[in-house]
Amino acid sequence: MTTSQKRAEYRMLFKQNVSGRLLVDKIVLGVVLACVIAALVPLFSILIEVFRNGLPALTAEFLTQPPGAVGSGEGGIGPAIQGTLIIIGMSSLIGVPIGIMSGIFLSEFGNNRFGRMVRFFNDVFMEFPSIVIGIFAFLLIVLLLGHFSLWAGAFALSLIMLPIVARTTEESLKMVPLTYREAGLALGLKQWVITFRIVLSAAKSGMLTGILIAVARISGETAPLIMTVLGSSQFFSGVDSPMDALPLRIWRLSLLPYDSAREQGWGAAVVLIIIIMAINIGVRYYFARKNKKGSMFSMMRAGIRK
Amino acid sequence: MASLLQAKSRRFPADKIFKIAATAAGVYILLIIGLMVFHLFSESYPIWEEEGLSFVTGSEWNAVEGREVFGAAPYILGTLVTAGLAMAIGVPLSIGIAMFISQAPKYLSGPLSMVVDLLAAIPSVIYGLWGLFVFRDIFLNWIEYPLHEAFGDSVWLFSSAPFGLDIFSASVILAIMIIPTISAVSREIMIAVPQMQKEAAYMLGATKWEMFKLSIFPYAKTGLIGAAILGLGRAVGETMAVTMLIGNATGPSAFPQTLFQPGQTMSSIIANEFIEASPASLHLPALIGIGIILLLVAIGINVVAHVLVSRMMKVKEGVINA
Repeated sequence: MTTSQKRAEYRMLFKQNVSGRLLVDKIVLGVVLACVIAALVPLFSILIEVFRNGLPALTAEFLTQPPGAVGSGEGGIGPAIQGTLIIIGMSSLIGVPIGIMSGIFLSEFGNNRFGRMVRFFNDVFMEFPSIVIGIFAFLLIVLLLGHFSLWAGAFALSLIMLPIVARTTEESLKMVPLTYREAGLALGLKQWVITFRIVLSAAKSGMLTGILIAVARISGETAPLIMTVLGSSQFFSGVDSPMDALPLRIWRLSLLPYDSAREQGWGAAVVLIIIIMAINIGVRYYFARKNKKGSMFSMMRAGIRK
Repeated sequence: MASLLQAKSRRFPADKIFKIAATAAGVYILLIIGLMVFHLFSESYPIWEEEGLSFVTGSEWNAVEGREVFGAAPYILGTLVTAGLAMAIGVPLSIGIAMFISQAPKYLSGPLSMVVDLLAAIPSVIYGLWGLFVFRDIFLNWIEYPLHEAFGDSVWLFSSAPFGLDIFSASVILAIMIIPTISAVSREIMIAVPQMQKEAAYMLGATKWEMFKLSIFPYAKTGLIGAAILGLGRAVGETMAVTMLIGNATGPSAFPQTLFQPGQTMSSIIANEFIEASPASLHLPALIGIGIILLLVAIGINVVAHVLVSRMMKVKEGVINA
């Protein structure tokens, strides 16, 4: 028999115990919230500063003219925009087909020891420092041909795209139900017809997402471009010559000790960030609407950086 | 699913070609990696021949002809110190973010993880630009000077005069840059913990934090460590933002001694000097030698991370592309 006095004591103990634990829980929630805010502050600071400082620099002349004399504040980033677009196109031309074929290999033929090895190395390849890939392209192409060229840069960037495209292609092909393939076999189709006509078109949106994410990723890469396309202040003059690119131009401008260079740097940054954010947000919005479950979506999250 | 198709593939010669083409693309990946390691080794061979092991342990760095000495120790150490500091700052933050996102209601967790992901989409060079012109001033005035004034005389870490372009500020930028990687992977890992475990903890009357302590952390430990190591792999290879903020010291003075002192990492010295290095001298082989050390470190870190993360994620293999 518990007396009412004892009961009151128990109640108090219970209250103490629970309120203490609830307090700890609240504190942890506060700490965790602080973490989230700490990550969001730099993001918004970067976006706000880039747009605040960069937008005033955007004029027709700035976007189309080649850079003027160093420190004069004249000229623009025309060649850099052109170079970035060309280099994205060229590296996609090399990287996307090979990446898709590797993805097909991993998903359709990769269910054995060799396939697992390729998958593993592909995943490790994705994490290679991009500057090392730049050195490799330099040794393989620039040293061999004797001059810096768009080719070398496109090759380096295609190597950065390749593992991303391969892995996302594999994941989206794996999500196509087996019954689709069986239906193709039942019709007596050849396997390559099944893969290209049925499986690939069913996996189209996932693959497109992967490709666009890879494009967004390479359009911001700087390190491998330093040692491959070098940078230039001229417009396109052939795939065998050096070329400018937006990230390279931003880097060069940021190192110059002039206020005008700083303004131009912000201007180039706003162009680059608009390109990249448009691809990223567009892809995510499109994909989130199309596929509510979105396991691709979460996969992509880990695969991108920079 | 593939075996069904594999059995059929012998029927048509066209399918044979298709299979060979697909396999060739797989081989291409292995070939590129092999070629990369081979080329880096063969092109950096002169420096290994000339300096031997003292290339890794030495600290002198002189590219002037006739007095060429190359020692990579300060840069290797600089990479480890900046990456380590970035981990010390970034990992707790990322785990916190992952905890919040994994528990938050859908309408919050979706947009929030997307916003954190945008941190990963910003190019390194824009981090560098922002770091140079915005972050540096704020960090110098609000963090570095107060720290120096408070502890400068007693703690050696804070002893040299702050400048803003130093190991500390580079590490903080690096920490911001690895947050999306670590938090995304940890979030997936926390979600992969079986629901029953969480419910069991709640059934015992646990609060949310106690649920994390009782059921998520013990279960997800390996995976979380793997996520952190994955972040370390990225921090080690990161180039542009670090190059722009670390202050670029060379030679013995690049040895990290205090937080407020300019340093240099493996990737930043390559980015800074590669173009000026003449292929005829030992300078280029030395930089390529640093490149191969960097590559080996990155591969080692990533293999470990992969093993840890995939062990944890066996259930959902392929979902996490880490």
